[in-house]
Amino acid sequence: MDIRSKPSLKCNVAGIESINPFWLASAPPTDKYINVVRAFEAGWGGVVWKTLGEDPAVVNVSSRYGVHKNRGNIVGINNIELISDRPLQTNLDEIIRVRKEWPDRVIIGSMMAVIEERAWKELAVKIAETGVQGIELNLGCPHGMCERGMGSAIGQVPEMVEKVTRWVKEVVDIPVFTKLTPNITNILWSAEAAQKGGCDAVALINTVNSITSVDLDLMAPTPTVGDQGTHGGYCGAAVKPIALNMVAEITRNHDTKDLNISAIGGIETWKDAAEFIALGAVGLQVCTAAMLYGFRIVDDMIAGLTGWMEEKGYQTIEDFRGKAVGNTVDWNNLDMNFDTKALIDQDSCIECGRCHIACEDTSHQAITFDVADNGKRIFTVIDDECVGCNLCQIVCPVPECIDMVPVDNGLEYMNWTNNPLNPMNN
Amino acid sequence: MAQDSCNNTINNNFDDLHKPLNLQQAIAESGRCLYCYDAPCIQACPTSIDIPTFIHQIRSENTIGAANTILTQNIMGGTCARVCPTEVLCEEACVLNTSIDQPIEIGLLQRHAVDHLMKNSKQHPFERAKNTGKSVAVVGAGPAGLACAHRASMLGHDVTVYEAKEKSGGLNEYGLAAYKMVDDFAQNETDFIMDLGGIKVIHNQRLGDNLNLENLQNNYDAIFIGVGLSSTWSLDLDNEDTEGVLDAVDFIESIRQTKDKSQVEVGNDVIVIGAGNTAIDAAVQAKRLGAENVTLVYRRGEEQMSATSWEVNLARTNGVSIKLWSAPKCIIADEHVAQMEFVKTKTKEGKLVETNFTYTLEADMVLKAIGQKLELDDLNGIDVERGKIVVDENYQSSIEGVFAGGDAIDCGEDLTVQAVEDGKQAAHAINSFLGGDS
Repeated sequence: MDIRSKPSLKCNVAGIESINPFWLASAPPTDKYINVVRAFEAGWGGVVWKTLGEDPAVVNVSSRYGVHKNRGNIVGINNIELISDRPLQTNLDEIIRVRKEWPDRVIIGSMMAVIEERAWKELAVKIAETGVQGIELNLGCPHGMCERGMGSAIGQVPEMVEKVTRWVKEVVDIPVFTKLTPNITNILWSAEAAQKGGCDAVALINTVNSITSVDLDLMAPTPTVGDQGTHGGYCGAAVKPIALNMVAEITRNHDTKDLNISAIGGIETWKDAAEFIALGAVGLQVCTAAMLYGFRIVDDMIAGLTGWMEEKGYQTIEDFRGKAVGNTVDWNNLDMNFDTKALIDQDSCIECGRCHIACEDTSHQAITFDVADNGKRIFTVIDDECVGCNLCQIVCPVPECIDMVPVDNGLEYMNWTNNPLNPMNN
Repeated sequence: MAQDSCNNTINNNFDDLHKPLNLQQAIAESGRCLYCYDAPCIQACPTSIDIPTFIHQIRSENTIGAANTILTQNIMGGTCARVCPTEVLCEEACVLNTSIDQPIEIGLLQRHAVDHLMKNSKQHPFERAKNTGKSVAVVGAGPAGLACAHRASMLGHDVTVYEAKEKSGGLNEYGLAAYKMVDDFAQNETDFIMDLGGIKVIHNQRLGDNLNLENLQNNYDAIFIGVGLSSTWSLDLDNEDTEGVLDAVDFIESIRQTKDKSQVEVGNDVIVIGAGNTAIDAAVQAKRLGAENVTLVYRRGEEQMSATSWEVNLARTNGVSIKLWSAPKCIIADEHVAQMEFVKTKTKEGKLVETNFTYTLEADMVLKAIGQKLELDDLNGIDVERGKIVVDENYQSSIEGVFAGGDAIDCGEDLTVQAVEDGKQAAHAINSFLGGDS
């Protein structure tokens, strides 16, 4: 009899206990009391309240979101919304109320101010006094606020990231999350600066600067405000690969590997969540998926992650957290003698020819196309030409029709650092 | 009021059989297309429409471009989208036509694109080449004739079309089931084809009647014959000329030419003899006109029926009862047909033979759909074999400069799409014959 209990999704992010790793990121879904209560009712473990600034509150424009679609499916959206446009005290009062009503859930207060010590310290203290479990510093917003010297205008300068983090740490005794912008050259410079400033965790990524489309009738970028548009913050499924890489950059870097990471960027399903945790994230933040489908998506995130952990024998998130970090290496460390070849299963092939034309036009001319006497279209891999690039498998519409099979070429492991062709070895 | 609502019901029975896709449906369906390389669907299309390309164009919201891709190969892409037996052509060949998936709705996507162009584009999509000074006569304004006329005009020749009936379109106008060609589509398409320019149509001109092949030869540089199959086979039974016994093609024509379908006369007990798509069209439409009992009778088995299985199922779901292995024996009539007697058949040593068993069906209307044939008397001097005009690989008949295509020649199936291909290819052959580049 299996006496193991169900896996637990409980986690601890920078000292903050959470019933599960699923928090809503600072954004429209966490703008006010009603949204946050609805999120908690749906099962979210925590929220990062929409970014607060000093009064007077900002004014937002209409319209606000642009979309990037492919074959009718949304791959990403962007937004040009600013921080909370409600009076500071209104937000603070609502935070106090929700904290009291939902004691087992996490509320992090997100904040942003001009680059003045007084402004950051005063605002941080006011937010901390509401009883939030932590404070997140919004140093990433890539539109609007940065033009006023806030958001990514600070986040793009490591010295300022460090300074702002330190200011806030000096006046509050709750964990401080420094939220990082991806609109930089090297994420490590920002992460290390936040670490020097004393942050308890980094949250990344904020949105990616973008123009999602150009309205060819208006001749203006979308979303349009009247007959103009501006660049905005890109988010959703499309940015997940960028976020995964930036998280991995931090977790596999010697100096930053122990930083707590609250991972953000295109998380839509439990699988996305598991991938970020495998690369070392301790907590997760979600926004776009909830905006597109509603808060109910957390149900499957919880059920799916629990089910997968059960199947794999992981009892807690810590059991698999960071397990993919060691296998994420620099290119120089890859085995140059590893060899894999495409193998097409003729029985499940539906004869569409996509693998052939992809390989023939754009890769290595390694898939032949013949027509049998009975009219069957036959696609065959020429092993000597196949470099194992995966493209045929990627374009094949039939699951598991094309398999990439490692071949034993008898060669020993060898990477670039010990390759005789490397000039450094002479 | 009761009568009005009954008439409305009958007219509603002749609404579009396949509802057109709206934009959302078209985008979704086009998104399923795999964009195959050297796609099997192209090879299955008699006119070789580049199907993956036009579907890709629908997906990229270049719907006019999609229509141009279709019409470049098949100027009657609109009709073919409606009436092609796609289940045995492009959609049968679709790689998604497997036990675990469904083929792409190629016909409906093609209709979406062509209808969009015909509705929204103010300009005809093709231009005529520089005038060659040559003239071409086309006999018959059906799919083969109009396709030939359109392509010949595009190639720079002046074309005159002679049509026996009052309207252009041939079977598109007179011979297809009404619910496949709603909203006067055949005439709209004819107008669209004529918009190219360089084509003149003269109606009520019949070969062997007021039209003479020799005169045409004297007056034109080349001739294309696309007269179709204008007469029908008979049952060779007594009482075949009794009131109530009709050719199915005439019955279908009367439905097509009557705007208010409730005014079309139909029997209560209708027997349809035959097993092709014409028989199905007649039987289903008789049922939809309000006939109580419609029985389709065929002397062989279901496997031998030339109607596609999709059409046979359409008949069944419309309440047509199908009686197989039964040959017409006699028509029992007074002044009007009253009954028909059939003899059961079977195959013996590969041959169809009659058995001793007979039965009788009530009938106040009998529709004969046992095939059409070429009117031979009109074609003095042209070689004909097995009832079809003989042509060489360039669609030229035994008389130099006289070309032919469509149902009048023996070229695969008697399908609209094949007729369009014949007309198009014959126009290129005529162009070569007249000294142009093919």
